[in-house]
Amino acid sequence: MVVRTRLAIAACALLGAAGCSGVEPWVKPYERQNFADPIMAADRNPVAASYLNHVFEAREGARGALGAHGGGCGCN
Amino acid sequence: MRHAFVAAVVLLASLAALPSRAGVLPDDRGDVLYHRYQGGGVTIDGPSLLVRKKFAEKYSVSASYYVDMVSSASIDVVTTASPYREQRDQAGLSLDVLDDKTQYTVSVVSSEESDYSARTASFDVSQDLFGDLTTVSFGFSRGWDEVRKNGDPQFDEPVDRRSYRFGLSQIVTPTLMLGLAYETITDEGFLNNPYRSVRYLEPDAASGFAFQPEVYPRTRTSNAAALNARYFLPYRAALVGEYRGFTDTWGITAHTLRAGYTHPLGQRWVLEGGYRWYQQSAADFYADLFPRADYQNFMARDKELSSFTSQMLSVGATFELPAFADRFLQRSTVSVFYDRMRFSYDDFRDITAGGAPGSEPLYGFDADVVRVLFSGWF
Repeated sequence: MVVRTRLAIAACALLGAAGCSGVEPWVKPYERQNFADPIMAADRNPVAASYLNHVFEAREGARGALGAHGGGCGCN
Repeated sequence: MRHAFVAAVVLLASLAALPSRAGVLPDDRGDVLYHRYQGGGVTIDGPSLLVRKKFAEKYSVSASYYVDMVSSASIDVVTTASPYREQRDQAGLSLDVLDDKTQYTVSVVSSEESDYSARTASFDVSQDLFGDLTTVSFGFSRGWDEVRKNGDPQFDEPVDRRSYRFGLSQIVTPTLMLGLAYETITDEGFLNNPYRSVRYLEPDAASGFAFQPEVYPRTRTSNAAALNARYFLPYRAALVGEYRGFTDTWGITAHTLRAGYTHPLGQRWVLEGGYRWYQQSAADFYADLFPRADYQNFMARDKELSSFTSQMLSVGATFELPAFADRFLQRSTVSVFYDRMRFSYDDFRDITAGGAPGSEPLYGFDADVVRVLFSGWF
């Protein structure tokens, strides 16, 4: 049941449904200290990470869904 | 010399990967990075700088500057051209505005090199929902590029680029966060490299083959979707796993898998390691060796459009420096990262090795990436 509720919330989030805004958060604010720990940050060193993404985009055919965006190449 | 079709580079790093939290502006911070890539006859190094500052608890501005100093004798260059040196300079500005749980970001990036200019403008919105357990984000970028050709002042071709993004991050449990990212990119204009050639069988040539300029389609649309998970381990360490799938209208399909581990050591050290695996299929109009000249409308021999696998092993360490200049800096760190990459091509042959056309050994190379980073929070 809990799983179904979470799936429903995630689906509402995906759809941007305003009617879900009253949903009670199941992870309370005082339970979120782990996400405030810098080791859990997706962007702990943004300059270093974006450089590596630049290397991938220059050497590989795939692109996108990586992060930031800009222009130019400096590759070949 | 450069290859022109690669659509998006990455620098405005403040607009970071998958969305994390919309309702909090990033820290005031300055970063100085030295980066070096060496592999396949190519060396690229230079600095990268980013400074970010908040104002009135509602606005945050950032400025970035990035340099690539390129020295290339890659296999493309040594087989059809001459080794070269060049420099690319990129500068960016970004403004974040926080309005309760909604964050708006406007950014511009300008990139300049001797034969290529790129201007990009972006707009992103992110919003926290459901007691801040969920963050959704949308973004749009528009790019205006200009492709030139050194030695040919008449050559001047535009490229128009658009990117549409969607992101979602979700706190699932007190130790697990999931992220989803989706991006569609469209390009229209001159998308190939004005210098690169394709190879075709030519019985009259001593080598048995000859070259002619590449011809690419003038449009490309790609779709990429990534799903990642971040997990907090009970002894204070972090695990991350990610998958990205990719397809485009040129026939390329790619898969990326990534796993990483971050481990604090004492009060001052953070150690990390990771592995990344990438595989792609070839573009429909790619061939290492075409049967004859003008064999088809579109022809490419760019190894980045061939089928290949790349793997990367990463290690890194961050050290929290003892307090200094504490009138300006609250804290500061130094980080060193090393990545070892291996590229193995399935259908791109090393024609410098000799042999009958089409039977030369397959090409592959290793690359080393070093990043040294100083970060200060103020």
